Amino acid sequence: MANGTAVIAGKSFYEEGTTKSKSGIASWIFSTDHKRIGLLYLISIVSFFIIGVIIAELIRLELIAPGETIVDAETYNRLFTLHGVIMIFLFIIPGIPAVFGNFFLPIQIGAKDVAFPRLNLLSWWLYMTGAVLAITSLFLPGGPADTGWTFYVPYSVRTGSNVIFALLAAFILGFSSILTGLNFVTTVHRLRIKGMSFFKMPLNIWALYATAWIQVIATPIIGITLLLIIIERTFGVGIFDPTLGGDPVLYQHLFWIYSHPAVYVMILPAMGVVSEIIATFSRRTVFGYKMVAFSSLTIAFVGYLVWAHHMFTAGLSETAAVVFSLLTFIVAIPSAIKVFNWVATMYKGSIDPRTPFKWVMVFIFLFSIGGLTGLVLGSLATDVHLHDTYFVVAHFHFVMFGGAGTIFFAAMHYWFPKMFGKMYNEKIADIGVYMFLISFLTLYFPMFLLGYNGQPRRYFDYLPQFQTLHVISTIGAWMMLITITLVVWNLIHALRKGEKAPDNPWGGVTLEWQTSSPPPLENFEEMPNVPNEPYDFSHLTGIKDGSK
Amino acid sequence: MLYLEVTSHAEKVDSVMLYITVISLIFLIGITATMLYFVYKYNRKRNPEAKNIHGNFWLEFVWIVIPTILVLTMFYYGYVGYKDIKADPGEDALTVRAVAQMWKWEFVYENGKKSDTLYVPSGKPVRLLLVSLDVNHSLYIPAYRVKQDVVLGTTNKLIIYPEKTGDYDIACAEYCGLKHSMMYTKLRVVDENNFNDWYAKK
Ligand code: HEM
Ligand SMILES: [Cu+2]
Ligand SMILES: [Cu+2]
Repeated sequence: MANGTAVIAGKSFYEEGTTKSKSGIASWIFSTDHKRIGLLYLISIVSFFIIGVIIAELIRLELIAPGETIVDAETYNRLFTLHGVIMIFLFIIPGIPAVFGNFFLPIQIGAKDVAFPRLNLLSWWLYMTGAVLAITSLFLPGGPADTGWTFYVPYSVRTGSNVIFALLAAFILGFSSILTGLNFVTTVHRLRIKGMSFFKMPLNIWALYATAWIQVIATPIIGITLLLIIIERTFGVGIFDPTLGGDPVLYQHLFWIYSHPAVYVMILPAMGVVSEIIATFSRRTVFGYKMVAFSSLTIAFVGYLVWAHHMFTAGLSETAAVVFSLLTFIVAIPSAIKVFNWVATMYKGSIDPRTPFKWVMVFIFLFSIGGLTGLVLGSLATDVHLHDTYFVVAHFHFVMFGGAGTIFFAAMHYWFPKMFGKMYNEKIADIGVYMFLISFLTLYFPMFLLGYNGQPRRYFDYLPQFQTLHVISTIGAWMMLITITLVVWNLIHALRKGEKAPDNPWGGVTLEWQTSSPPPLENFEEMPNVPNEPYDFSHLTGIKDGSK
Repeated sequence: MLYLEVTSHAEKVDSVMLYITVISLIFLIGITATMLYFVYKYNRKRNPEAKNIHGNFWLEFVWIVIPTILVLTMFYYGYVGYKDIKADPGEDALTVRAVAQMWKWEFVYENGKKSDTLYVPSGKPVRLLLVSLDVNHSLYIPAYRVKQDVVLGTTNKLIIYPEKTGDYDIACAEYCGLKHSMMYTKLRVVDENNFNDWYAKK
């Protein structure tokens, strides 16, 4: 049944659900089908992403000139906090695992669903509860939090804004993340189809598996930390606030013990998707499969040991600073290895650079810049200068947006035909990729220069000498808005008007390409064949597939 | 702007920056060019059959070892540039308490003199003792390439070595609320005599 020949025309998961109600919203929001849950996440996450982008546009507009332009300082501070919280907790952390992990993890290992479908639905509900709490805080007296997404104490204990709501929201979102992690770990261990040993799993599964472990192990720490601030704020118990006898640096430690690993929750799943796309469009096996798989696990575990590189200027002892700087450089290596392996996978491939592959090329370029500028921040002498400046803002946008965000788009274009059974206009999609690259560099590259020249971050106002660079960046933000509109519009248009997609439009060999587009309720009409090795394209040769 | 180097420490930081940036650029260009070349050379139009290559031990070994060595050198230079500003200059340094509060700085000298501008003599190390009255702040002198957080409840230390006379910006680099972006003041480096005159004045 492999290779794109249609399975017996059964019902797709759109036509057959798990709920009593056959159609309407209830058949979605109470569905335990991992694919429907994936789509619920898709709609919610993309909506929040768009809200985050709109807020960012306001931030950038305010920064077009020094002094007050469109909002006052107080509003500005709330805006960047909201932008950060939405992008981190509602978009990029859940992002790829919640949408594409949910949809494709069971299919890629030949399972009917995840191990705990109801828990899976609960995670989405928790996600929505957290999101709604965050949004509610906008309209309560006190207004939304103005602390930055890091909620540093003592400011977060003192401010009059609605910090508790934001913290509670983040706390609940954490549980959603833990449950998804638990579900994925168990699913990978228990529900692999017969014949699929660990080393036959697609690299996407390895990445999701490593990520799930981080979610399970690291997230409780942030949960407890946020709870401690709530206790401190509500009952005046001294934990982090020195006037009550607490220690503000302790907060920073606890915060980053979670939030650094969280960076890998953002990027590891993206790395998994990259391996899939490069293999499919190069029609060959991933160079150094085991190395790529193990580097995911290495990143997941060594990633716990570098948190204090966010605190080099907080008054760490010299010894601590040296140790954390050294470990930071070491943890850069597995990421570098992955990049080399990906490029090597193109060597002697048979490359058809379609839209998803183009997104991946953009990813490799932007993510390399993000990673390499991370070296500057890991090095002590330079970090003391650049910490908390726009250099850091540029760096993390390159990693999170240029890295994980780009791959969210790549995954969208790679799996769109499978998820919706429709094809999109590839010409427009390609234009979107080029525009994205140009807008991205215009928007964020000036920020490296701003930072090196001493412009601190979280600044409502700035010195006149920085204006030129800020103006360029703001223009980039408008270009980015146009790009995102075009890309999203193109996909929405395809949903309604797109041609019917074949089962295997790209000639992929992982199991999702052996079922129909879109898949049936329990994913396969017939049990799929597990290939001898994860990326074995040999039986594809000569078979006609969707590529031109 | 800031590119000029007004202290030897600033020069050192810039050279570490240059070192890392040059190596990074070589990698970035190398990776990007190789990728573009492969996509051209092995395009399906030119190369309809892929060759499966599972890996190559020596190649992978090399590209683990070389980057590891390179990042270790980066680590080392970064550390050296950091160590020299951490060492305490001892007796002959001028000690000044820098008191931060929302959203202004005050500098208190050993003779009790107070100022909202940081006056220092050129050629003499200055030990800044950083204290906060409310939330965290961070004393940042971009021209000197140094900053140190001002943490409520602890006294952090920042040592600077003023050389060229002139005025330099001091900014707050740790978010501290409403007017965080306006918490600017000046570091004013004057020569020894001028400083002594100023210091003696009530
Ligand atoms: C059109 C797209 C975007 C624009 C124009 C933009 C712009 C900005 C700017 C100018 C800041 C700095 C504000 C300041 O320090 O005063 C900022 C902060 C931030 N951005 Fe974005 N951004 C965009 C997309 C994203 C995405 C996709 C993510 C995450 C994946 C993200 C995550 C963050 C975070 C975490 C912060 C830090 C907030 C804080 O300081 O607490 N941004 N953004
Ligand atoms: Cu980190
Ligand atoms: Cu401040």
